[in-house]
Amino acid sequence: MSQIFDIVVIGAGPAGANAALTAAWAGCRVAMVDEQRKPGGQVWRAKNPVVLEAPTTPESRSGDALRQEVACSTVLTFAQSRVWQIESAASGWEIYVLKEGKVVTLVAKALILATGAREYVQPVPGWTTPGVIGLAGATAMFKQDLALPGQRTVVSGTGPLVFFVASEIRRLGGEVAAVVTPNSKREWLRAFPAMVRRPDLLVRGALWVADLYLAGVPIYWRHAVAEIDGETDVSGVTIRRLTRDWAPDGEPEFLGADSLCLGNGLTPAAEAAQLAGLELRYRADLGGWCPEVDASGETEREGLFLCGDGAGIRGAAAAEIHGKLTGETASAYVRGVAPGENHLLQQAYQRAARFGMAMTALSVPRKGLQTLMCADTVVCRCESLTRSDIVAEINAGAQSTLSVKSGLRAGMGPCGGKFCQGTISQLIAQAKGGEVSDVPPPTARPPLRPIPVAALAGDFEYDDLPIPKPAPL
Amino acid sequence: MIRLVPNHAARVQRARSVTFTFDDEAISGFVGETVATALQRGGHRLLRHAPEDGGARGAFCCMGLCQECLVQVGGRPVESCRLLVSADLTVTSLKRGAQSQ
Repeated sequence: MSQIFDIVVIGAGPAGANAALTAAWAGCRVAMVDEQRKPGGQVWRAKNPVVLEAPTTPESRSGDALRQEVACSTVLTFAQSRVWQIESAASGWEIYVLKEGKVVTLVAKALILATGAREYVQPVPGWTTPGVIGLAGATAMFKQDLALPGQRTVVSGTGPLVFFVASEIRRLGGEVAAVVTPNSKREWLRAFPAMVRRPDLLVRGALWVADLYLAGVPIYWRHAVAEIDGETDVSGVTIRRLTRDWAPDGEPEFLGADSLCLGNGLTPAAEAAQLAGLELRYRADLGGWCPEVDASGETEREGLFLCGDGAGIRGAAAAEIHGKLTGETASAYVRGVAPGENHLLQQAYQRAARFGMAMTALSVPRKGLQTLMCADTVVCRCESLTRSDIVAEINAGAQSTLSVKSGLRAGMGPCGGKFCQGTISQLIAQAKGGEVSDVPPPTARPPLRPIPVAALAGDFEYDDLPIPKPAPL
Repeated sequence: MIRLVPNHAARVQRARSVTFTFDDEAISGFVGETVATALQRGGHRLLRHAPEDGGARGAFCCMGLCQECLVQVGGRPVESCRLLVSADLTVTSLKRGAQSQ
């Protein structure tokens, strides 16, 4: 059964929810689809029902305000719902959603994609060990369950997220064994001019770092985790100093810990945009492969709009404003009028984007990190394919991520390639002697998320199957 | 010691504690938290073995993308990072040798 709307928004983070609200306030009939129980996205993720009472944080306050606005609006939210296919139709767009085990089809004149980001985690020996989680994953645990990743945690990664995670572990009563970051202090100093534009965030970040110093938590600048110890549980990590290109060159040093949070920057989640027919181009300054979108959220396809980190990593503050601008553009499109120019909002967006892009510049992994992998390091977690498996396929002639995918199934497993394609692109670029910007990700294919066959097949009995008569011999 | 980041652990109030079953073992968790969180607190990091090489795997992305934390409830695969704890929940792992329901 299909339901008809003016606008369907995919994603209910700062970008998507603000786009939906803006369009609804302009009088459009809006549906918003999101995987989580409540709006907020990853950055403003809502608490699970387990938390009855807890001190608020800037993220929880922003999220609660947003959820309140959505609840009071006419936006129809499809929560705990997953989009698995997008098709363009004569009347606009058809969006296939899996909700409570059933497929629902939404039809809309305009589609706004606000699919956000996901984390790039550099494979290193032992990164599949239980007890190693993503930095972004750790923030999900903090925000929804106010839970800790372990008793004593090493926090490792790039950009500001590593300090946020370390600080949250301390706030929730855990112990940070060490902070390990490929960034140098000098790189942070260079980002200072861009950070001054957001003194609130600058002060918050400075407090996180000062608190770690006061608590005697070692911070290893220009270091990376080179190996994780433990068979079925983390028992410690080995760290090494890095070169300017982030290749390991120092003596290994062992840190005892029962858990590791590991992440190397965010990258736009662009599969939905690819499915909707948008081309991706490589923008290192925006976190990797992303579709071409302007500040108003317009794309090269009619009736298709895109906002937030899915258009390039500019951060939550920029995503919120981009969502509002995109909501205005999309609702003008639906009403058949020319979109108004909102100069103040445009300027605010550019300011917020500059801050976010300075953080992205710190977070983007450099080439040398790849050399942390050994031949037998797992690259594709779903199919347990190692670096040597991938390299052998490349040497046998696979020159694109698509050919590695069809040759080895790297990217055909349950995660759909979300955690291996970045590394595979880099391995191909390395083998060709080229740049990662020459190796695009594979074509996006439905389903965007795993979907049970029963939901696709619908309800029928065996007797309902049409069985043709056997052909005459 | 001066703390610039206060310890809020004592100020968090959680829903009541219940037990649920994980591979025939009783695990305690708080109602309405994710099963992945309860399992990790109870010392169960290993949730399954990878189908190809039998490698040990547990929760990784914690947001429903990677599928590493898959467990089974009622014979169906569910992401334990998105499944909430309730009393009488029966969870089976995808570990090698675990009894499928």
